[in-house]
Amino acid sequence: MSYKILIIADHLQGALNESTARTIACAQQIAPDAIDVLVLADDGAAAIAAEAARIDGVATVYHADDAAHAHPTAAVLAPRIAAAVERGGYSHVLGPNTTFGKDLMPRVAALLGAPMVTDIMAVHTPHEFDRPIYAGNAVNTVAAPADRVLVASVRCASYPAAAGGNEAAIEPLELDVEVPSHTRFVGLEQQTSDRPDLQTAPKVVSGGRGVGSEENFRIIYNFADKIGAAVGASRAAVDAGYVPNDMQVGQTGKIISPTLYICFGISGAIQHLAGIKDAGTIVAINKDEDAPIFEIADIGLVGDLFDIIPELERAVG
Amino acid sequence: MKVLVSVKRAIDYNVRIQIKSDGSGVVTDGVKHSMNPFDEIAVEQAIRWKEAGLCDEVVAVTIGPDAAGEQLRSALAFGCDRAIHVKTEEPVQPLTAAGVFKAIAENEQPQVFLMGKQAIDDDASQTGPMTAALLGWPQATFASSIELADDSARVTREVDAGLETLDVDLPAVITTDLRLNEPRYLKLPNIMKAKKKPIESSSLDELGVAPAAALESLKTAPPPQRESGVRVESVDELVAKLKEKSLL
Ligand SMILES: Cc1cc2nc3c(=O)[nH]c(=O)nc-3n(C[C@H](O)[C@H](O)[C@H](O)COP(=O)(O)OP(=O)(O)OC[C@H]3O[C@@H](n4cnc5c(N)ncnc54)[C@H](O)[C@@H]3O)c2cc1C
Repeated sequence: MSYKILIIADHLQGALNESTARTIACAQQIAPDAIDVLVLADDGAAAIAAEAARIDGVATVYHADDAAHAHPTAAVLAPRIAAAVERGGYSHVLGPNTTFGKDLMPRVAALLGAPMVTDIMAVHTPHEFDRPIYAGNAVNTVAAPADRVLVASVRCASYPAAAGGNEAAIEPLELDVEVPSHTRFVGLEQQTSDRPDLQTAPKVVSGGRGVGSEENFRIIYNFADKIGAAVGASRAAVDAGYVPNDMQVGQTGKIISPTLYICFGISGAIQHLAGIKDAGTIVAINKDEDAPIFEIADIGLVGDLFDIIPELERAVG
Repeated sequence: MKVLVSVKRAIDYNVRIQIKSDGSGVVTDGVKHSMNPFDEIAVEQAIRWKEAGLCDEVVAVTIGPDAAGEQLRSALAFGCDRAIHVKTEEPVQPLTAAGVFKAIAENEQPQVFLMGKQAIDDDASQTGPMTAALLGWPQATFASSIELADDSARVTREVDAGLETLDVDLPAVITTDLRLNEPRYLKLPNIMKAKKKPIESSSLDELGVAPAAALESLKTAPPPQRESGVRVESVDELVAKLKEKSLL
Protein backbone atom coordinates (compact mmCIF):
# COMPACT_ATOMS: atom_id res chain seq x y z
CA MET A 1 0.00 0.00 0.00
CA SER A 2 1.11 3.52 -0.53
CA TYR A 3 0.08 6.29 1.76
CA LYS A 4 -0.27 10.00 1.27
CA ILE A 5 -0.91 12.28 4.20
CA LEU A 6 -2.41 15.74 4.29
CA ILE A 7 -1.55 17.88 7.33
CA ILE A 8 -3.81 20.78 8.22
CA ALA A 9 -1.63 23.71 9.31
CA ASP A 10 -2.54 25.51 12.53
CA HIS A 11 -1.54 29.15 12.43
CA LEU A 12 -2.44 32.43 14.02
CA GLN A 13 -1.80 35.99 12.90
CA GLY A 14 0.45 35.05 10.05
CA ALA A 15 2.67 32.63 11.94
CA LEU A 16 2.70 28.86 11.83
CA ASN A 17 1.95 27.22 15.16
CA GLU A 18 4.62 24.76 16.32
CA SER A 19 1.90 22.12 16.66
CA THR A 20 2.06 21.77 12.87
CA ALA A 21 5.68 20.54 12.99
CA ARG A 22 4.76 18.15 15.78
CA THR A 23 1.88 16.77 13.73
CA ILE A 24 4.31 16.26 10.86
CA ALA A 25 6.64 14.33 13.20
CA CYS A 26 3.76 11.94 13.91
CA ALA A 27 2.99 11.63 10.19
CA GLN A 28 6.61 10.65 9.52
CA GLN A 29 6.11 7.57 11.73
CA ILE A 30 3.42 6.36 9.37
CA ALA A 31 6.16 6.28 6.70
CA PRO A 32 4.01 7.53 3.85
CA ASP A 33 5.08 8.22 0.27
CA ALA A 34 4.29 11.87 0.72
CA ILE A 35 3.39 14.34 3.43
CA ASP A 36 1.69 17.48 2.15
CA VAL A 37 0.59 20.48 4.18
CA LEU A 38 -2.53 22.54 3.57
CA VAL A 39 -2.51 26.17 4.68
CA LEU A 40 -5.92 27.81 4.69
CA ALA A 41 -5.46 31.51 5.37
CA ASP A 42 -6.27 34.90 3.95
CA ASP A 43 -3.70 36.99 2.12
CA GLY A 44 -0.89 35.85 4.45
CA ALA A 45 -1.20 32.24 3.32
CA ALA A 46 1.88 32.27 1.10
CA ALA A 47 4.13 33.43 3.95
CA ILE A 48 2.79 30.73 6.27
CA ALA A 49 3.25 28.19 3.49
CA ALA A 50 6.89 29.24 3.16
CA GLU A 51 7.37 28.52 6.86
CA ALA A 52 5.74 25.09 6.51
CA ALA A 53 7.90 24.28 3.47
CA ARG A 54 10.99 24.36 5.68
CA ILE A 55 9.80 21.49 7.86
CA ASP A 56 11.52 18.16 7.23
CA GLY A 57 9.51 15.45 5.56
CA VAL A 58 7.13 17.74 3.73
CA ALA A 59 6.73 17.19 -0.02
CA THR A 60 4.35 19.95 -1.07
CA VAL A 61 2.69 22.80 0.77
CA TYR A 62 -0.62 23.92 -0.71
CA HIS A 63 -2.03 27.25 0.22
CA ALA A 64 -5.57 28.39 -0.36
CA ASP A 65 -5.81 32.15 0.09
CA ASP A 66 -9.30 33.43 0.74
CA ALA A 67 -10.74 36.20 2.89
CA ALA A 68 -13.14 33.57 4.26
CA HIS A 69 -10.12 31.86 5.89
CA ALA A 70 -9.16 34.91 7.92
CA HIS A 71 -10.57 33.23 11.02
CA PRO A 72 -10.48 29.48 11.35
CA THR A 73 -14.11 28.43 11.72
CA ALA A 74 -14.75 24.73 11.27
CA ALA A 75 -17.94 25.33 9.30
CA VAL A 76 -15.97 27.18 6.61
CA LEU A 77 -12.79 25.09 6.60
CA ALA A 78 -14.11 21.53 6.97
CA PRO A 79 -15.87 21.25 3.58
CA ARG A 80 -12.80 22.70 1.89
CA ILE A 81 -10.50 20.24 3.58
CA ALA A 82 -12.82 17.37 2.68
CA ALA A 83 -12.69 18.53 -0.95
CA ALA A 84 -8.89 18.80 -0.87
CA VAL A 85 -8.58 15.30 0.61
CA GLU A 86 -10.81 13.78 -2.05
CA ARG A 87 -9.18 15.65 -4.89
CA GLY A 88 -5.66 14.80 -3.73
CA GLY A 89 -6.44 11.13 -3.07
CA TYR A 90 -5.07 11.27 0.47
CA SER A 91 -5.12 8.18 2.67
CA HIS A 92 -4.72 10.19 5.89
CA VAL A 93 -5.56 13.69 7.04
CA LEU A 94 -4.04 14.85 10.32
CA GLY A 95 -4.37 17.97 12.44
CA PRO A 96 -2.94 18.92 15.83
CA ASN A 97 -4.99 18.42 18.99
CA THR A 98 -5.01 22.15 19.65
CA THR A 99 -8.42 23.78 20.06
CA PHE A 100 -8.22 24.53 16.32
CA GLY A 101 -7.81 20.83 15.49
CA LYS A 102 -10.29 19.60 18.10
CA ASP A 103 -12.98 21.86 16.67
CA LEU A 104 -12.19 21.15 13.04
CA MET A 105 -11.08 17.54 12.54
CA PRO A 106 -14.27 15.79 13.73
CA ARG A 107 -16.26 17.95 11.31
CA VAL A 108 -13.90 16.89 8.51
CA ALA A 109 -14.24 13.23 9.54
CA ALA A 110 -18.04 13.34 9.52
CA LEU A 111 -18.06 14.94 6.06
CA LEU A 112 -15.79 12.14 4.83
CA GLY A 113 -17.88 9.46 6.57
CA ALA A 114 -14.82 8.30 8.49
CA PRO A 115 -14.37 7.52 12.17
CA MET A 116 -11.71 9.67 13.79
CA VAL A 117 -8.75 8.93 16.03
CA THR A 118 -8.38 11.69 18.63
CA ASP A 119 -4.99 12.36 20.21
CA ILE A 120 -2.62 9.90 18.52
CA MET A 121 0.24 9.33 20.97
CA ALA A 122 1.95 6.44 19.16
CA VAL A 123 1.81 4.89 15.70
CA HIS A 124 1.95 1.08 15.36
CA THR A 125 0.97 0.71 11.70
CA PRO A 126 -0.62 3.15 9.24
CA HIS A 127 -4.01 2.22 10.74
CA GLU A 128 -3.15 1.27 14.33
CA PHE A 129 -2.53 3.86 16.98
CA ASP A 130 -2.38 4.43 20.71
CA ARG A 131 -4.52 7.14 22.21
CA PRO A 132 -5.15 8.20 25.81
CA ILE A 133 -8.55 7.69 27.42
CA TYR A 134 -9.84 8.47 30.93
CA ALA A 135 -7.66 11.55 31.30
CA GLY A 136 -4.60 9.57 30.26
CA ASN A 137 -5.10 6.92 32.93
CA ALA A 138 -5.37 4.28 30.23
CA VAL A 139 -3.95 3.88 26.76
CA ASN A 140 -6.25 2.46 24.13
CA THR A 141 -4.81 0.81 21.03
CA VAL A 142 -7.25 1.19 18.16
CA ALA A 143 -7.43 0.00 14.57
CA ALA A 144 -9.12 2.23 12.03
CA PRO A 145 -10.82 0.76 8.96
CA ALA A 146 -8.33 0.63 6.09
CA ASP A 147 -11.01 1.10 3.45
CA ARG A 148 -11.49 4.80 4.07
CA VAL A 149 -9.60 7.97 4.77
CA LEU A 150 -8.02 8.08 8.20
CA VAL A 151 -8.83 11.31 10.02
CA ALA A 152 -6.96 12.00 13.24
CA SER A 153 -5.70 14.59 15.64
CA VAL A 154 -2.19 14.28 17.02
CA ARG A 155 -1.37 14.63 20.69
CA CYS A 156 1.35 17.23 20.22
CA ALA A 157 2.96 16.62 23.61
CA SER A 158 3.92 13.12 22.39
CA TYR A 159 6.02 14.40 19.48
CA PRO A 160 8.96 16.79 19.30
CA ALA A 161 8.62 19.22 16.41
CA ALA A 162 10.02 17.88 13.12
CA ALA A 163 13.25 19.67 12.26
CA GLY A 164 13.62 22.49 9.74
CA GLY A 165 15.92 22.98 6.76
CA ASN A 166 13.68 21.51 4.08
CA GLU A 167 12.70 23.22 0.83
CA ALA A 168 9.37 21.71 -0.08
CA ALA A 169 7.40 22.76 -3.14
CA ILE A 170 4.79 25.45 -2.61
CA GLU A 171 1.66 25.58 -4.72
CA PRO A 172 -1.52 27.61 -4.61
CA LEU A 173 -4.73 25.60 -4.43
CA GLU A 174 -8.15 26.70 -5.65
CA LEU A 175 -10.91 25.28 -3.50
CA ASP A 176 -14.18 26.16 -5.07
CA VAL A 177 -16.46 25.35 -2.16
CA GLU A 178 -19.34 27.53 -1.07
CA VAL A 179 -18.76 29.55 2.12
CA PRO A 180 -21.62 29.17 4.61
CA SER A 181 -22.89 32.45 6.05
CA HIS A 182 -24.29 30.89 9.23
CA THR A 183 -21.08 31.25 11.24
CA ARG A 184 -19.54 34.69 11.75
CA PHE A 185 -16.36 35.60 13.59
CA VAL A 186 -16.85 38.44 16.06
CA GLY A 187 -13.56 38.76 17.88
CA LEU A 188 -10.60 37.20 19.66
CA GLU A 189 -9.60 38.37 23.09
CA GLN A 190 -5.96 37.53 23.62
CA GLN A 191 -3.69 37.98 26.55
CA THR A 192 -0.59 39.65 25.31
CA SER A 193 2.54 38.59 27.08
CA ASP A 194 6.25 38.56 26.43
CA ARG A 195 6.57 35.25 28.22
CA PRO A 196 7.30 32.05 26.33
CA ASP A 197 4.32 30.19 24.93
CA LEU A 198 2.88 27.68 27.38
CA GLN A 199 2.47 24.93 24.79
CA THR A 200 6.03 24.99 23.53
CA ALA A 201 8.17 26.43 26.32
CA PRO A 202 10.93 24.16 27.66
CA LYS A 203 10.25 25.43 31.19
CA VAL A 204 6.86 25.98 32.79
CA VAL A 205 6.03 27.29 36.24
CA SER A 206 2.47 26.90 37.36
CA GLY A 207 0.28 27.79 40.28
CA GLY A 208 -2.90 26.38 41.75
CA ARG A 209 -5.56 27.27 44.26
CA GLY A 210 -2.82 27.40 46.88
CA VAL A 211 -1.55 30.65 45.39
CA GLY A 212 -4.68 32.23 46.80
CA SER A 213 -5.41 35.25 44.62
CA GLU A 214 -4.84 37.05 41.37
CA GLU A 215 -2.47 39.41 43.18
CA ASN A 216 -0.45 36.60 44.69
CA PHE A 217 -0.02 35.13 41.25
CA ARG A 218 2.45 37.95 40.63
CA ILE A 219 5.06 35.99 42.57
CA ILE A 220 4.54 33.05 40.22
CA TYR A 221 5.01 35.32 37.18
CA ASN A 222 8.08 36.93 38.72
CA PHE A 223 9.73 33.62 39.46
CA ALA A 224 8.86 32.33 35.97
CA ASP A 225 10.44 35.43 34.43
CA LYS A 226 13.54 34.88 36.49
CA ILE A 227 14.11 31.43 34.99
CA GLY A 228 12.64 32.23 31.56
CA ALA A 229 9.62 29.98 31.97
CA ALA A 230 6.06 30.07 30.65
CA VAL A 231 3.26 30.21 33.22
CA GLY A 232 0.45 27.70 33.64
CA ALA A 233 -2.27 27.03 36.18
CA SER A 234 -4.72 24.47 37.51
CA ARG A 235 -8.40 24.61 36.75
CA ALA A 236 -9.09 25.75 40.30
CA ALA A 237 -6.84 28.78 39.80
CA VAL A 238 -8.60 29.63 36.53
CA ASP A 239 -12.09 29.10 37.95
CA ALA A 240 -11.24 31.31 40.90
CA GLY A 241 -10.28 34.06 38.47
CA TYR A 242 -6.60 34.22 39.43
CA VAL A 243 -5.55 33.76 35.79
CA PRO A 244 -7.18 33.58 32.33
CA ASN A 245 -8.53 30.36 30.86
CA ASP A 246 -5.78 29.92 28.29
CA MET A 247 -3.36 29.10 31.11
CA GLN A 248 -5.19 25.95 32.24
CA VAL A 249 -3.12 22.80 32.07
CA GLY A 250 -4.78 19.39 32.14
CA GLN A 251 -7.29 17.00 30.64
CA THR A 252 -9.48 19.84 29.47
CA GLY A 253 -6.83 22.50 29.18
CA LYS A 254 -3.42 22.35 27.58
CA ILE A 255 -1.39 19.14 27.43
CA ILE A 256 2.25 20.10 27.65
CA SER A 257 5.66 18.45 27.63
CA PRO A 258 8.26 20.91 28.92
CA THR A 259 11.62 19.63 30.08
CA LEU A 260 10.98 21.26 33.46
CA TYR A 261 7.60 21.74 35.15
CA ILE A 262 7.52 23.40 38.56
CA CYS A 263 4.15 23.63 40.30
CA PHE A 264 3.22 25.53 43.40
CA GLY A 265 0.08 24.90 45.43
CA ILE A 266 -1.40 22.31 43.07
CA SER A 267 -2.80 19.15 44.69
CA GLY A 268 -2.32 16.85 41.69
CA ALA A 269 -5.84 15.85 40.64
CA ILE A 270 -5.83 13.27 37.84
CA GLN A 271 -7.30 15.84 35.48
CA HIS A 272 -4.32 18.12 36.09
CA LEU A 273 -1.77 15.29 35.85
CA ALA A 274 -3.22 14.38 32.44
CA GLY A 275 -1.67 17.60 31.15
CA ILE A 276 1.87 17.07 32.44
CA LYS A 277 2.59 13.33 32.10
CA ASP A 278 5.14 13.97 29.37
CA ALA A 279 7.07 16.66 31.21
CA GLY A 280 10.76 15.83 31.62
CA THR A 281 11.19 16.72 35.28
CA ILE A 282 8.25 17.57 37.50
CA VAL A 283 8.96 19.57 40.64
CA ALA A 284 6.17 19.98 43.18
CA ILE A 285 6.00 22.42 46.05
CA ASN A 286 3.05 21.86 48.34
CA LYS A 287 2.51 22.39 52.05
CA ASP A 288 0.56 19.14 52.39
CA GLU A 289 3.00 16.24 52.48
CA ASP A 290 0.24 13.85 51.45
CA ALA A 291 -0.77 15.79 48.35
CA PRO A 292 -1.11 13.38 45.40
CA ILE A 293 1.16 15.58 43.28
CA PHE A 294 4.08 14.07 45.19
CA GLU A 295 3.25 10.63 43.76
CA ILE A 296 4.09 11.82 40.26
CA ALA A 297 6.71 14.49 41.02
CA ASP A 298 10.37 13.73 40.31
CA ILE A 299 11.40 16.17 43.00
CA GLY A 300 9.09 17.12 45.84
CA LEU A 301 9.52 19.79 48.49
CA VAL A 302 7.04 20.12 51.33
CA GLY A 303 6.57 23.68 52.42
CA ASP A 304 4.72 26.95 52.10
CA LEU A 305 5.09 28.41 48.64
CA PHE A 306 5.20 31.93 50.05
CA ASP A 307 8.37 31.03 51.97
CA ILE A 308 9.89 28.89 49.27
CA ILE A 309 9.57 31.16 46.24
CA PRO A 310 11.63 34.01 47.76
CA GLU A 311 14.29 31.49 48.79
CA LEU A 312 14.29 30.00 45.30
CA GLU A 313 14.68 33.41 43.74
CA ARG A 314 17.71 34.07 45.93
CA ALA A 315 19.17 30.66 45.19
CA VAL A 316 18.91 30.95 41.42
CA GLY A 317 20.36 34.44 41.62
CA MET B 1 -37.72 27.69 21.52
CA LYS B 2 -36.78 24.07 22.03
CA VAL B 3 -33.40 22.89 23.30
CA LEU B 4 -32.03 19.36 23.03
CA VAL B 5 -29.29 18.27 25.43
CA SER B 6 -27.14 15.16 25.11
CA VAL B 7 -26.37 13.22 28.25
CA LYS B 8 -23.78 10.44 28.56
CA ARG B 9 -23.37 7.97 31.34
CA ALA B 10 -19.69 7.76 32.27
CA ILE B 11 -17.54 6.55 35.14
CA ASP B 12 -17.60 9.26 37.79
CA TYR B 13 -14.69 11.66 37.52
CA ASN B 14 -13.57 10.93 41.08
CA VAL B 15 -13.08 7.22 40.44
CA ARG B 16 -9.58 5.89 39.92
CA ILE B 17 -10.16 3.62 36.99
CA GLN B 18 -8.95 0.02 36.93
CA ILE B 19 -7.80 -1.63 33.75
CA LYS B 20 -8.91 -5.21 33.15
CA SER B 21 -6.00 -7.63 33.32
CA ASP B 22 -6.86 -9.10 29.91
CA GLY B 23 -6.51 -5.66 28.33
CA SER B 24 -10.10 -5.67 27.07
CA GLY B 25 -11.06 -2.38 28.68
CA VAL B 26 -11.61 -0.74 32.04
CA VAL B 27 -13.58 -2.22 34.91
CA THR B 28 -17.11 -0.79 34.91
CA ASP B 29 -19.00 -3.32 37.03
CA GLY B 30 -19.73 -2.03 40.50
CA VAL B 31 -18.04 1.29 39.69
CA LYS B 32 -19.79 4.59 40.38
CA HIS B 33 -21.16 6.19 37.22
CA SER B 34 -22.63 9.62 36.78
CA MET B 35 -23.51 12.11 34.10
CA ASN B 36 -20.48 13.25 32.09
CA PRO B 37 -19.58 16.56 33.84
CA PHE B 38 -19.65 18.55 30.60
CA ASP B 39 -23.15 17.27 29.85
CA GLU B 40 -24.23 18.34 33.30
CA ILE B 41 -23.07 21.85 32.41
CA ALA B 42 -25.09 21.61 29.19
CA VAL B 43 -28.22 20.54 31.08
CA GLU B 44 -27.73 23.32 33.63
CA GLN B 45 -27.43 25.87 30.82
CA ALA B 46 -30.63 24.73 29.13
CA ILE B 47 -32.52 24.85 32.41
CA ARG B 48 -31.24 28.36 33.11
CA TRP B 49 -32.58 29.45 29.72
CA LYS B 50 -35.90 27.87 30.56
CA GLU B 51 -36.02 29.61 33.93
CA ALA B 52 -35.18 32.91 32.23
CA GLY B 53 -38.02 32.39 29.75
CA LEU B 54 -35.63 32.05 26.80
CA CYS B 55 -36.80 28.59 25.85
CA ASP B 56 -39.94 26.64 26.60
CA GLU B 57 -38.94 23.02 26.26
CA VAL B 58 -35.78 21.12 27.16
CA VAL B 59 -35.39 17.51 26.02
CA ALA B 60 -32.55 15.30 27.25
CA VAL B 61 -31.24 12.52 25.01
CA THR B 62 -28.97 9.64 25.87
CA ILE B 63 -27.59 6.73 23.87
CA GLY B 64 -26.68 3.84 26.12
CA PRO B 65 -27.64 0.79 28.14
CA ASP B 66 -30.67 0.53 30.44
CA ALA B 67 -28.57 1.89 33.30
CA ALA B 68 -28.16 5.20 31.46
CA GLY B 69 -31.79 5.79 32.45
CA GLU B 70 -30.35 6.96 35.80
CA GLN B 71 -28.56 9.83 34.09
CA LEU B 72 -31.73 10.76 32.22
CA ARG B 73 -33.57 10.86 35.56
CA SER B 74 -30.89 13.28 36.82
CA ALA B 75 -31.39 15.44 33.75
CA LEU B 76 -35.13 15.44 34.44
CA ALA B 77 -34.44 16.36 38.06
CA PHE B 78 -32.47 19.37 36.83
CA GLY B 79 -35.68 20.43 35.12
CA CYS B 80 -35.69 18.89 31.65
CA ASP B 81 -39.27 18.36 30.47
CA ARG B 82 -38.85 14.94 28.96
CA ALA B 83 -36.18 12.54 27.80
CA ILE B 84 -35.37 10.16 24.98
CA HIS B 85 -33.40 6.99 25.67
CA VAL B 86 -31.84 5.42 22.62
CA LYS B 87 -31.01 1.97 23.92
CA THR B 88 -27.83 0.13 22.97
CA GLU B 89 -26.00 -2.43 25.05
CA GLU B 90 -22.71 -1.83 23.25
CA PRO B 91 -21.25 1.67 23.54
CA VAL B 92 -21.52 3.58 20.27
CA GLN B 93 -18.69 5.63 18.81
CA PRO B 94 -18.99 9.33 18.03
CA LEU B 95 -19.83 9.00 14.32
CA THR B 96 -22.72 6.66 15.10
CA ALA B 97 -23.80 8.84 18.02
CA ALA B 98 -23.81 11.80 15.64
CA GLY B 99 -26.03 9.85 13.23
CA VAL B 100 -28.46 9.13 16.05
CA PHE B 101 -28.45 12.76 17.21
CA LYS B 102 -29.04 13.91 13.65
CA ALA B 103 -32.11 11.67 13.37
CA ILE B 104 -33.43 12.93 16.68
CA ALA B 105 -32.77 16.56 15.77
CA GLU B 106 -34.71 16.04 12.54
CA ASN B 107 -37.65 14.65 14.50
CA GLU B 108 -37.53 17.20 17.30
CA GLN B 109 -36.47 20.33 15.37
CA PRO B 110 -34.69 22.09 18.25
CA GLN B 111 -33.13 25.53 17.84
CA VAL B 112 -30.13 24.58 19.94
CA PHE B 113 -28.49 21.20 20.46
CA LEU B 114 -26.29 21.52 23.55
CA MET B 115 -23.62 18.92 24.20
CA GLY B 116 -20.60 18.52 26.44
CA LYS B 117 -17.35 19.34 24.65
CA GLN B 118 -16.03 15.90 25.48
CA ALA B 119 -16.96 12.84 27.48
CA ILE B 120 -14.46 12.06 30.19
CA ASP B 121 -14.40 8.33 29.39
CA ASP B 122 -13.16 8.19 25.80
CA ASP B 123 -12.03 11.86 25.75
CA ALA B 124 -12.79 11.86 22.02
CA SER B 125 -14.25 15.37 21.70
CA GLN B 126 -15.94 14.48 18.42
CA THR B 127 -19.68 14.08 18.76
CA GLY B 128 -20.64 17.78 18.77
CA PRO B 129 -18.82 18.78 15.56
CA MET B 130 -19.80 15.50 13.86
CA THR B 131 -23.47 16.07 14.63
CA ALA B 132 -23.24 19.64 13.32
CA ALA B 133 -21.53 18.38 10.16
CA LEU B 134 -24.15 15.72 9.45
CA LEU B 135 -26.95 18.24 9.99
CA GLY B 136 -25.17 20.98 8.03
CA TRP B 137 -25.60 23.24 11.06
CA PRO B 138 -23.15 25.75 12.48
CA GLN B 139 -21.13 24.67 15.50
CA ALA B 140 -19.66 26.58 18.40
CA THR B 141 -17.46 24.37 20.54
CA PHE B 142 -15.91 24.96 24.01
CA ALA B 143 -18.48 27.58 25.04
CA SER B 144 -17.78 29.60 28.15
CA SER B 145 -20.67 31.98 27.55
CA ILE B 146 -23.74 31.89 25.32
CA GLU B 147 -26.06 34.82 24.61
CA LEU B 148 -29.20 33.52 23.04
CA ALA B 149 -31.23 35.65 20.61
CA ASP B 150 -34.27 34.64 18.56
CA ASP B 151 -32.47 33.28 15.57
CA SER B 152 -28.81 33.40 16.50
CA ALA B 153 -26.45 32.88 19.41
CA ARG B 154 -23.31 34.76 20.38
CA VAL B 155 -20.88 32.24 21.81
CA THR B 156 -17.59 32.88 23.57
CA ARG B 157 -15.24 29.95 23.07
CA GLU B 158 -12.25 28.91 25.16
CA VAL B 159 -9.47 28.52 22.61
CA ASP B 160 -5.71 28.11 23.04
CA ALA B 161 -5.08 31.75 22.20
CA GLY B 162 -7.70 33.13 24.59
CA LEU B 163 -11.41 33.78 24.13
CA GLU B 164 -12.97 33.76 20.69
CA THR B 165 -16.47 35.04 19.99
CA LEU B 166 -18.63 33.70 17.18
CA ASP B 167 -22.16 34.45 16.03
CA VAL B 168 -23.99 31.37 14.81
CA ASP B 169 -27.42 31.22 13.24
CA LEU B 170 -29.87 28.83 14.81
CA PRO B 171 -30.33 25.95 14.73
CA ALA B 172 -26.81 25.21 15.93
CA VAL B 173 -24.79 22.70 17.90
CA ILE B 174 -23.05 24.28 20.89
CA THR B 175 -20.64 22.35 23.12
CA THR B 176 -19.95 23.38 26.68
CA ASP B 177 -16.70 24.09 28.46
CA LEU B 178 -16.13 24.03 32.20
CA ARG B 179 -16.62 27.70 32.89
CA LEU B 180 -20.03 28.08 31.26
CA ASN B 181 -21.75 27.59 34.61
CA GLU B 182 -21.68 25.64 37.83
CA PRO B 183 -24.37 22.98 37.88
CA ARG B 184 -26.77 23.13 40.82
CA TYR B 185 -27.15 20.48 43.48
CA LEU B 186 -30.26 18.44 42.91
CA LYS B 187 -32.94 18.77 45.58
CA LEU B 188 -35.00 15.83 46.74
CA PRO B 189 -38.40 17.23 45.66
CA ASN B 190 -37.03 17.69 42.13
CA ILE B 191 -35.64 14.17 42.14
CA MET B 192 -39.08 12.90 43.18
CA LYS B 193 -40.82 14.97 40.52
CA ALA B 194 -38.44 13.65 37.88
CA LYS B 195 -39.72 10.12 38.47
CA LYS B 196 -43.04 11.07 36.92
CA LYS B 197 -41.63 12.72 33.81
CA PRO B 198 -41.79 10.79 30.56
CA ILE B 199 -38.81 8.91 29.09
CA GLU B 200 -39.40 7.74 25.56
CA SER B 201 -37.50 4.65 24.56
CA SER B 202 -36.00 4.32 21.11
CA SER B 203 -33.31 2.43 19.22
CA LEU B 204 -31.02 2.81 16.23
CA ASP B 205 -33.38 0.58 14.25
CA GLU B 206 -36.43 2.65 15.10
CA LEU B 207 -34.59 5.79 14.12
CA GLY B 208 -33.39 4.18 10.90
CA VAL B 209 -29.75 4.75 11.79
CA ALA B 210 -27.16 2.20 10.71
CA PRO B 211 -23.99 1.98 12.82
CA ALA B 212 -21.26 4.01 11.11
CA ALA B 213 -17.73 2.86 10.35
CA ALA B 214 -15.93 2.51 13.65
CA LEU B 215 -12.54 2.05 15.25
CA GLU B 216 -11.76 -1.37 16.62
CA SER B 217 -10.39 -1.42 20.14
CA LEU B 218 -7.44 -3.81 20.20
CA LYS B 219 -6.15 -3.31 23.70
CA THR B 220 -6.40 -1.12 26.78
CA ALA B 221 -3.28 -0.83 28.90
CA PRO B 222 -2.00 1.30 31.75
CA PRO B 223 -0.03 4.36 30.68
CA PRO B 224 3.76 4.26 30.98
CA GLN B 225 4.62 4.87 34.61
CA ARG B 226 6.97 7.62 35.61
CA GLU B 227 9.88 6.56 37.76
CA SER B 228 9.29 7.40 41.39
CA GLY B 229 10.77 10.66 42.52
CA VAL B 230 12.66 11.97 45.49
CA ARG B 231 11.86 14.34 48.33
CA VAL B 232 14.23 17.13 49.11
CA GLU B 233 14.39 18.91 52.45
CA SER B 234 15.43 22.37 51.42
CA VAL B 235 15.48 24.89 48.61
CA ASP B 236 19.25 24.57 48.34
CA GLU B 237 18.97 20.85 47.83
CA LEU B 238 16.27 21.41 45.20
CA VAL B 239 18.35 23.94 43.31
CA ALA B 240 21.40 21.66 43.47
CA LYS B 241 19.39 18.78 41.98
CA LEU B 242 18.07 20.98 39.17
CA LYS B 243 21.55 22.29 38.41
CA GLU B 244 22.88 18.72 38.38
CA LYS B 245 20.33 17.95 35.63
CA SER B 246 21.25 21.23 33.86
CA LEU B 247 17.69 22.43 34.25
CA LEU B 248 18.60 25.74 35.82
C1 LIG C 1 -14.43 17.19 33.95
C2 LIG C 1 -13.31 17.80 34.73
C3 LIG C 1 -12.23 18.31 34.04
C4 LIG C 1 -11.18 18.92 34.72
N1 LIG C 1 -10.12 19.39 34.00
C5 LIG C 1 -9.07 19.94 34.67
C6 LIG C 1 -7.91 20.43 33.97
O1 LIG C 1 -7.84 20.40 32.73
N2 LIG C 1 -6.89 20.94 34.71
C7 LIG C 1 -6.92 21.01 36.07
O2 LIG C 1 -5.96 21.50 36.67
N3 LIG C 1 -8.01 20.57 36.74
C8 LIG C 1 -9.08 20.05 36.07
N4 LIG C 1 -10.17 19.63 36.80
C9 LIG C 1 -10.24 19.95 38.23
C10 LIG C 1 -9.47 18.99 39.13
O3 LIG C 1 -10.30 17.90 39.47
C11 LIG C 1 -9.08 19.72 40.44
O4 LIG C 1 -10.23 20.22 41.06
C12 LIG C 1 -8.10 20.88 40.23
O5 LIG C 1 -7.01 20.46 39.42
C13 LIG C 1 -7.60 21.35 41.57
O6 LIG C 1 -6.76 22.47 41.41
P1 LIG C 1 -5.65 22.79 42.52
O7 LIG C 1 -4.73 21.66 42.65
O8 LIG C 1 -5.10 24.13 42.19
O9 LIG C 1 -6.55 23.00 43.81
P2 LIG C 1 -6.69 22.12 45.12
O10 LIG C 1 -7.01 20.72 44.80
O11 LIG C 1 -7.59 22.87 46.01
O12 LIG C 1 -5.23 22.10 45.72
C14 LIG C 1 -4.59 23.21 46.24
C15 LIG C 1 -3.28 22.71 46.82
O13 LIG C 1 -2.53 23.82 47.26
C16 LIG C 1 -1.85 23.45 48.43
N5 LIG C 1 -1.53 24.71 49.12
C17 LIG C 1 -2.40 25.59 49.66
N6 LIG C 1 -1.76 26.64 50.17
C18 LIG C 1 -0.44 26.42 49.96
C19 LIG C 1 0.74 27.15 50.27
N7 LIG C 1 0.70 28.33 50.89
N8 LIG C 1 1.93 26.62 49.91
C20 LIG C 1 2.00 25.42 49.29
N9 LIG C 1 0.91 24.69 48.97
C21 LIG C 1 -0.29 25.19 49.30
C22 LIG C 1 -2.79 22.55 49.16
O14 LIG C 1 -2.08 21.71 50.06
C23 LIG C 1 -3.43 21.79 48.01
O15 LIG C 1 -2.74 20.58 47.73
C24 LIG C 1 -11.22 19.03 36.13
C25 LIG C 1 -12.31 18.50 36.82
C26 LIG C 1 -13.36 17.91 36.14
C27 LIG C 1 -14.52 17.38 36.90
